Amino acid sequence: MSAASADRLARLLNLVPYLLARPGIAVAEAAADLGVTERQLREDLELLWVCGLPGYGPGDLIDMAFDGDTVTITYDAGMDRPLRLTPDEALALTVALRMLAETPGVAQRDAIERALAKIEHAAGDVPGPQVAVRLPGNEDRLDTIRGAVQRGRALGITYYARTRDETTERVVDPMRVLMVEGRGYLEAWCRRAGAVRLFRVDRIDAFAELDEPAAPPPQARPKDLGAGVFRPSPELPLITLRVGRHARWITEYYPVEAVRPGSGDEWIVELRVTDLSWGRRFVLGVGPGVTVLGPPELVASVREQAAEALAAYAAPNG
Amino acid sequence: MSRIRTERLVNLVICLLATRRFLTAAQIAATVPGYEHDPDDPKDHEAFQRKFERDKAELRDLGVPLETGTASVFDAEPGYRIAPRAYALPEISLAPDEAAAVGIAARLWQHAGLAAAASSGLAKLRASGIDLDTQATLGVEPVVTVDPAFAPLTAAARDRRAVTFEYRRPEGDAPDRRRLQPWGVVCWRGRWYVVGHDLAREAARCFRLSRIVGPVKATGPAGAYEPPPGVDLISHVATWSGPVERTGRATVLVRPGRAAGLRRWAAECVPTPEGDRLVLPYSDAEGVAAGIVGYGADARVLEPPEVRDAVIQLLKEAVARHEAADPAVMT
Repeated sequence: MSAASADRLARLLNLVPYLLARPGIAVAEAAADLGVTERQLREDLELLWVCGLPGYGPGDLIDMAFDGDTVTITYDAGMDRPLRLTPDEALALTVALRMLAETPGVAQRDAIERALAKIEHAAGDVPGPQVAVRLPGNEDRLDTIRGAVQRGRALGITYYARTRDETTERVVDPMRVLMVEGRGYLEAWCRRAGAVRLFRVDRIDAFAELDEPAAPPPQARPKDLGAGVFRPSPELPLITLRVGRHARWITEYYPVEAVRPGSGDEWIVELRVTDLSWGRRFVLGVGPGVTVLGPPELVASVREQAAEALAAYAAPNG
Repeated sequence: MSRIRTERLVNLVICLLATRRFLTAAQIAATVPGYEHDPDDPKDHEAFQRKFERDKAELRDLGVPLETGTASVFDAEPGYRIAPRAYALPEISLAPDEAAAVGIAARLWQHAGLAAAASSGLAKLRASGIDLDTQATLGVEPVVTVDPAFAPLTAAARDRRAVTFEYRRPEGDAPDRRRLQPWGVVCWRGRWYVVGHDLAREAARCFRLSRIVGPVKATGPAGAYEPPPGVDLISHVATWSGPVERTGRATVLVRPGRAAGLRRWAAECVPTPEGDRLVLPYSDAEGVAAGIVGYGADARVLEPPEVRDAVIQLLKEAVARHEAADPAVMT
């Protein structure tokens, strides 16, 4: 049995109680609510109309009354409740609710907790804790940013861009506040860049609400974050590093393009960087476990910067 | 699935929900449309049995609690029914703010399988009479993602079944094979972990889901163990005891207009003729040195010696490592 037909059976079992709870609902409204086309919904209703209790006579079959564009179930044949939640459905809802409840700066936390308790109760006896969630707490700044975003104003922000190591002033039109992998982000239309940008909340050093409404242009679309926040584009410079065993952790913290074995226990790691000067700071900071193999200008800049710094320490007043 | 089969399955559910007696396959065949066959014709009968088996499996996959039993002690043949209490979603009512929270939660999933499960769960809540506002927002939205090992590990924890998987730490070369009785899965500061009893180490262990390589295999029977009563899963993962105290003070001379990253971190910044003098609070010398060294000649540590020496050491090593590029690898 195909997934699509299993979906249809699930939908049909759900449809009678759904309509029963909403007598006289417009077919178009129900279809939109259930995420199917109006035509599909009418086909589902036609199928249900010939189903019913054994005997299958006029008084046994599911019956419904159409009045103009609306429908009312007049006989449910015992299908008056939806099927209970499957373990996966309960898990998907409760985990997302826990995430929401744990997210700093979220409004109406008590409503989320109440909803979670009710869903868990409705899901039935699932033994013991299976999933627990704890995100970094006490994010006061996230809370103040959220407040500003909800008031719907454009913001002037002082933002530290780590890849370029510069602090800049920008005017942004906020779109939403997000929590990704335990970190808070402001997603906004950046008027300076003329594009949608994600600003890490802990790098927004200051902000002010402006006297104008937030007005992201129509082309401002929320980013798809399914694959993480930083998805390096292929036009960014590729750097190649030789990585010792104790520096291998970098492959878990930065999106790497390729990892292959080098000599001994070394790995050859490729990653894309938005800026070579970030690459230089990164390599110097990670320390002895990492050596740049390419591009040659990065090798040279690491060597020259380090040598110049050493010379300053060696100078009489260093 | 054909319309005919869907119709047969809907009728089968209605019939089994309505009966209080267990109905045998033969009784079902004589009642529910779509199972008509000649029981005396072996081929026809076998075809019916296959069809009925497929239908039962189908309903169980959907989560329909099909009960098996016999109608009386005189019956040898098993019968079937569905207890309405086991079938039905219990009565649930959500206040508008609770319904809004559920609606938001369901759209946070960035994982296709769980996003589908969340929306079919929502459909059932709607069918229970709850109106869900899908436009609501709570200001901050977590993006909910999980690693591929999440689904098999939560299922195993639920069923109390042991699992095996290959686990690779970055420091290691080959993955290790681990055997675990999972107690549960934890999201700690944005990363997922599984906590349980490691059968080889004979001790509680936690594993990062992103380090699991390949499939997670459930082994052995369900209900094979019980997690310790009242286990606090988070406590097995949480190693963070609070913000570190930065009692050390490093003084760094920074070129004007440079090293913005250090300036943000500085407790004070005093312009001098040689450059801006920053005071950086720190907890350990190695850590602060790693943060300073990246700025190369733009930042020079004045004191204390432990930080200054650590930076000089890192710089010397960097020069040595990058002095002669390895031509073999450059190609």
